[in-house]
Amino acid sequence: MGKLTGKSAVITGAASGIGRACALSFAREGALLVIADLNEHEGTATAEQCIAAGGRALYRRTDVASEAEIKGAIEQAIAAYGRLDIMFNNAGVPGALGPIETIAAQDWDRTIAILLRAGYLGMKHAIPELRKAGGGSIISTSSAAGLRGLGNAAAYSAAKAGLVILTQAVAIEVGADRIRVNCICPGVIDTPMVNRGRQGGTEETLTRLAQTQQPITRVGRSEDVAAAALFLASDDSQFITGTAISVDGGFNTGNGWLGPREQKSTDFRGPSYLR
Amino acid sequence: MAGIVAGKVALVTGAGSGIGRSTALIFGREGASVVAADIDEAGGQETVATINRVGGQAQFVRCDVTSTADVQEAIAAAVNAYGRLDCGFNNAGIIGPRGRMSDLTEEDFDRVLAVDLRAVFVCMKYELQQMLKQGFGAIVNTSSAAGIIGSPELPAYGAAKHGVLGLTKSAAIAYGRDNIRVNAVCPGFIETAMTKDASGHFPNTGERLHANGRNGTPEEVAEAVVWLCSDAASLVSGIGMPIDSAWTIR
Repeated sequence: MGKLTGKSAVITGAASGIGRACALSFAREGALLVIADLNEHEGTATAEQCIAAGGRALYRRTDVASEAEIKGAIEQAIAAYGRLDIMFNNAGVPGALGPIETIAAQDWDRTIAILLRAGYLGMKHAIPELRKAGGGSIISTSSAAGLRGLGNAAAYSAAKAGLVILTQAVAIEVGADRIRVNCICPGVIDTPMVNRGRQGGTEETLTRLAQTQQPITRVGRSEDVAAAALFLASDDSQFITGTAISVDGGFNTGNGWLGPREQKSTDFRGPSYLR
Repeated sequence: MAGIVAGKVALVTGAGSGIGRSTALIFGREGASVVAADIDEAGGQETVATINRVGGQAQFVRCDVTSTADVQEAIAAAVNAYGRLDCGFNNAGIIGPRGRMSDLTEEDFDRVLAVDLRAVFVCMKYELQQMLKQGFGAIVNTSSAAGIIGSPELPAYGAAKHGVLGLTKSAAIAYGRDNIRVNAVCPGFIETAMTKDASGHFPNTGERLHANGRNGTPEEVAEAVVWLCSDAASLVSGIGMPIDSAWTIR
């Protein structure tokens, strides 16, 4: 008997990185999954891996900038599995990086739309279905940057901080319906998104970051975040709601003691949708 | 034995009742060897008997956490029996007398701080010494919702529990490079013997404090403690995890 046996979950951004690792972890625990992502090739691959791991899964093409498509992913879960127990708002982009005076308003809007507005939409459309199921768990991927602002990533930081407070507000609204709402704040995690957002994107860059900014000095893996997501999705966390759980090697504890923060603008290039 | 802490060695203080007992039981269920420490011999022995009855491995150590010698003996018991200490759950606590600060006696303040803060420091100190020798370890401390928000009628308890988060974060930074993780749990109003004594003074806590309209159970805290001690949380350090159904954010 798995921790999520028979539970139905929608995971956005599940074609790669943290989302894929969560999908696989949920599948191994018996979940029924909708893999919601823009990337059809990798999304289908995730679904196949979930099935190979013993779960049930299907891919649904989803652009989280579209309310209709988020709603569609949830409807797909209802059509396929008859219920929704877990909504995981995870899809992300680095967004508009660089000094704030160089950020174009349209890029700011796009970043907030994907990172924050999509979380609101996921909650909005999941909650009626979770209520019908007698309760459930909503999880969003925030960031260490959502608890302490990251230089040259103002839009990203603001959106992720927005998710933390969105999580709190909605947790209070739906607590009486046995719906729990939490978010996870990953630190330095080796994922395709992080590597795309960083010039060079090398393992060495991430290793240096982890060593200079985290008490626990290893680079995080998507599986570290997936372990926290599984805990928050499962009934083991029944009394936990409204929280932001850091999975960051202690980064948020006060890393200034460990050495200077690196936030050179030259470390970043623009988000992929601008290129 | 399968389980998320299979093969680990765990010390639990305050294991004779409430959150400590539940955590000891879940450590046992998840495959850890447990040293159950408590000043209450009967309660601690019952915890141990329950673990052993279902095939787990546990032993009782009588321990007054305000005594350094007792704390050292409890840690030595774990190391002597099982060769190391993987997890330290510093949980023993008291709530102290209810009342506003202007009416609190110095003696009562000192007593609450001695058990709820100084003893946590002492436990951490000697656990850290053992974990440094081994090169690894995970510590979880019991803070409280009262470690995050103010407690108008339990000022000493609130001060001590805020202090526990301070110890937790400081040690997390200081010992991360030694492969030791340090976290805390911040329970809301949990139904235990300790809160039962106080509940006459704090009516309807379930609906007043918590988003889901009920008090928490010791098991709901225990699951989080054991998860934080497990390798599933190997990138988690320095956090105070609220287990309070949104009390502290309302």
